[in-house]
Amino acid sequence: MFACILALFATAAVAPALVRRVGTKAFALLAMVPAVAFGWALTHVGTIRSGGRVTERIDWIPHLGLHLDFSLGALQWLLVLIVVGIGALVLAYCASYFDDAPEVPGFAGVFVAFVAAMLGLVVADNLLLLYIFWELTTVFSYLLIGTQAAKATSRTAAMQAIIVTTLGGLAMLVGMLMVGVSAGTYRISELVAHPPLPSAGLTVAVAFLLLGALTKSAQVPFHFWLPGAMAAPTPVSAYLHAASMVKAGVYLVALLAPAFAATPGWRPALLVLGLATMLVGGWRALRQYDIKLLLAYGTVSQLGFLMLILGIGTRAAAVAGLALLLAHALFKAALFLVVGIIDHATGTRDLRRLSGLRRTAPAVGIAALLGALSMAGVIPLLGFVAKEAAFQALIDIAHTGDGTALAGGLGWAVLAGVVAGSVLTAAYTIRFVWGAFADKRGVGDTPLLHAPGPAFVAAPLVLAGTGLVLAFAGGLLTEVFDPYAAQFPLGAHEPALVLWHGWSLPLALSAVALLGGAAMFWRRVAVARVQSLLKVTSAEQIYRHVMRGLDRVAVEVTSLTQRGSLAAYLAITMIVVLAVPGSALVRAVAGHGQPRLWDSPAQALVGAIVILAALMATRSRRRMRAVILVGAVGYGCALLFVLHGAPDLALTQILVETVSIVVFVLVLRRLPEYFTDRPLSRRRYWRILLGTLVGLAVAGFMLVTTGARHEVPVSAAWPGVAVSYGGGGNIVNVALVDIRAWDTIGEIAVLVAAATGVASLIFIQTRLSDFRRSRTSLIRPRSPSSRVCRGGGCGCPGRGPWRPTGARSSSRWSPAWCSTRSSSTRSTCSSPGTTILGVGSPPAW
Amino acid sequence: MSANVTLILVAAALIGCGVYLVLERSLTRVLIGVVLIGNGANVCFLVAGGRAGGAPLVGETPEGQMSDPLPQALVLTAIVISLATIAFLLAMAHRSWQLNGHDDVQDDVEDAAIRRRAATEDADDEFSGHRDSDVEVFEEEGAS
Repeated sequence: MFACILALFATAAVAPALVRRVGTKAFALLAMVPAVAFGWALTHVGTIRSGGRVTERIDWIPHLGLHLDFSLGALQWLLVLIVVGIGALVLAYCASYFDDAPEVPGFAGVFVAFVAAMLGLVVADNLLLLYIFWELTTVFSYLLIGTQAAKATSRTAAMQAIIVTTLGGLAMLVGMLMVGVSAGTYRISELVAHPPLPSAGLTVAVAFLLLGALTKSAQVPFHFWLPGAMAAPTPVSAYLHAASMVKAGVYLVALLAPAFAATPGWRPALLVLGLATMLVGGWRALRQYDIKLLLAYGTVSQLGFLMLILGIGTRAAAVAGLALLLAHALFKAALFLVVGIIDHATGTRDLRRLSGLRRTAPAVGIAALLGALSMAGVIPLLGFVAKEAAFQALIDIAHTGDGTALAGGLGWAVLAGVVAGSVLTAAYTIRFVWGAFADKRGVGDTPLLHAPGPAFVAAPLVLAGTGLVLAFAGGLLTEVFDPYAAQFPLGAHEPALVLWHGWSLPLALSAVALLGGAAMFWRRVAVARVQSLLKVTSAEQIYRHVMRGLDRVAVEVTSLTQRGSLAAYLAITMIVVLAVPGSALVRAVAGHGQPRLWDSPAQALVGAIVILAALMATRSRRRMRAVILVGAVGYGCALLFVLHGAPDLALTQILVETVSIVVFVLVLRRLPEYFTDRPLSRRRYWRILLGTLVGLAVAGFMLVTTGARHEVPVSAAWPGVAVSYGGGGNIVNVALVDIRAWDTIGEIAVLVAAATGVASLIFIQTRLSDFRRSRTSLIRPRSPSSRVCRGGGCGCPGRGPWRPTGARSSSRWSPAWCSTRSSSTRSTCSSPGTTILGVGSPPAW
Repeated sequence: MSANVTLILVAAALIGCGVYLVLERSLTRVLIGVVLIGNGANVCFLVAGGRAGGAPLVGETPEGQMSDPLPQALVLTAIVISLATIAFLLAMAHRSWQLNGHDDVQDDVEDAAIRRRAATEDADDEFSGHRDSDVEVFEEEGAS
């Protein structure tokens, strides 16, 4: 199994190159790979019939208990046949469907990858592995729906599909984790054999699991994404959105029904939503004019039916459900492929323009008719056999309950609902066949742009023909499905799939469904009038409202929290520091330990100087003065280090401080001497308050934490070790080299990064000098009054012609900038104090 | 352990002044604030290191009288990193002045745009305006 999946993924990797080289014929080659997998699955029919399983385990991370578990039981086997069998046929069909368009090679790769993911999904025997494949199918489906990415409808549909199915997928993951934890295993076969005991937690977990299944299989109220997904090329609709991916939710329900069907909420949810889906889908299919959309709503309806039958959890319903699953995959894929052919041959899918195709394309008509008869449940096709079995199972439930507590009124209500759904099914089936193939009054024969070749028609014919053949193989099917059904307790009847039940209630119900459908089609004008009267808000409109609301909230929240002002962010950070650890501080402040004033009076003296310098630096409005005061603070700290007994720190601090001051002076002599002058606002007092409070909080933290400490420092043992192990007497150095070696590497990396950043900021001017000059000449000065410029530090040194207005230069700094920058401007520096330029006035040379 | 009030006061004053400065608009003042906060934090490490003592050099100072070498090893890194920060912020201030003629930290333009959008109640249009995918551009069947 794992080999099959890997082979398919490998094929997906080479598929684009192959299609690019060989053209669309390459699809036939690609189809060989799933065809081989189909053959491989068929060889296991004996094992499956005898109730055995094929299992595989690949060790992934054995010591963490992570394995890739695969298992093939009756249910999985059926799904594998559908996935790879129909996959191969659809790929072969693609060879005729596509032209050599630029998006086709990529499409081929994604499509084959989807087959691989889908195969993995149905054979995975581990919930988490299943989840991975599940989400892979979601992603590939998204890519396939959006194949024609240039179209807005494609993009919207793809987005809608991925948002809805991922929503369910994530909920399902939560449910899987909860189930896995409560059962103690993620292995599905163990889980189903020994389900966890019922509990409130399990009920919630199962509800989450069902949410995943319901979204994936397009059940009400999440059904709207599936018709939207019809924006995809028709092979995708036939394969993903009829035969395989939308069955994933149904598959999950079928897989877990033996374990969880009795969980509170399981049956009510699946019965109500399944039935609602069946009716809504059928009803909406009846008002479609696009035959592809008609089929899409038909699929929604059938998925509801499948969900209901497979979720109900009796032995008879299980057999009927699997038969229905198979029948639906066969006829719906065939019908979609027929639509693709019609679209391809006539250029339209509008049933009001299609006419006369039964005569002009008879082979296609036969395939469509076989599929349609199966869909409507007409004897002798597999759809009929499956529907009869389903009716029988529901009748049993209504009669006796069959272990479901649905005996009596509820059971009959479900049966009535399903019959009503079948009436709708028959009606839209007739509408489809009539719409696509019949002659219509007043419409001439639709011209065929080119007649469909035999290779094109082969795939739908094979699929629809299989539906006919299998109708006569009810005994074999019953036998193959039996190992799955045997997981449920024996019901009123031993289930059997047979073509002819005799004159019985199920047959009568089938007849009712067909006659009702025919009547609805006959009175279609009246039905259309009723349809137009019942205008309800569609689920898609609700979805769009929700998404728009979400978008709105995102904008509001972003505009509230992202003010775009650095100061605001910092202030919020500081306020949080005060509010959260600060409030804890207030409670902890009851003193620990006995603080001491100082270690030496010199410390107090230096400390006072440092504080004074810091305050003056804060008040200073001149850049240079502020920088020099900060330098004083730095040297003061170096002195504190010396007094504390940390000569290494003092040395480093003095070096760094000296270098910084040099750099500061070099840069700041270019910048204005004064900080930008702005009116004193009230905000300033808030800043003072915030600074004071943070300072107080820091003092409090240090007092409390230092006082709370009572252990001997770890470094107490370092002196001996430093010599014996590190081989050095300077303990700080040994610590840096031997203990913090990685940190030191990181530190060097930071220095390199900063140096790179500085270099790129400084040297950018040579590359962009023209741009810069024009910008500066335009922008500066913004408003002359906003800046008080005294002295030559203000303005734009070295760019003589663009000297700012209002710059009454003194000669204090000017020699430096004249000499350094004049080379780039070809001009001599205008002498200090001579020219005052107005905004936008010409260069002053 | 007993706390050194002088050093705590120095650290608190440096950090308080630094906080006041980093809330300013001028990048140079922000930079000065960052330097002050850095120095304040370094002094906090001294407080955490306990009593002053001799240099932690084996052979120079008797073992019992050494100052704690562990915080010193940490502060050493911090000092060097602060040099990198200073250099980078200064380069940014310089560049900002080159481009704009001042070194004020600007408000983010994108954020301002979002604020305007929120004010005008104009949500993203992605989910509005498209038709129902259940294509109903066709007319009633009626006549046929």
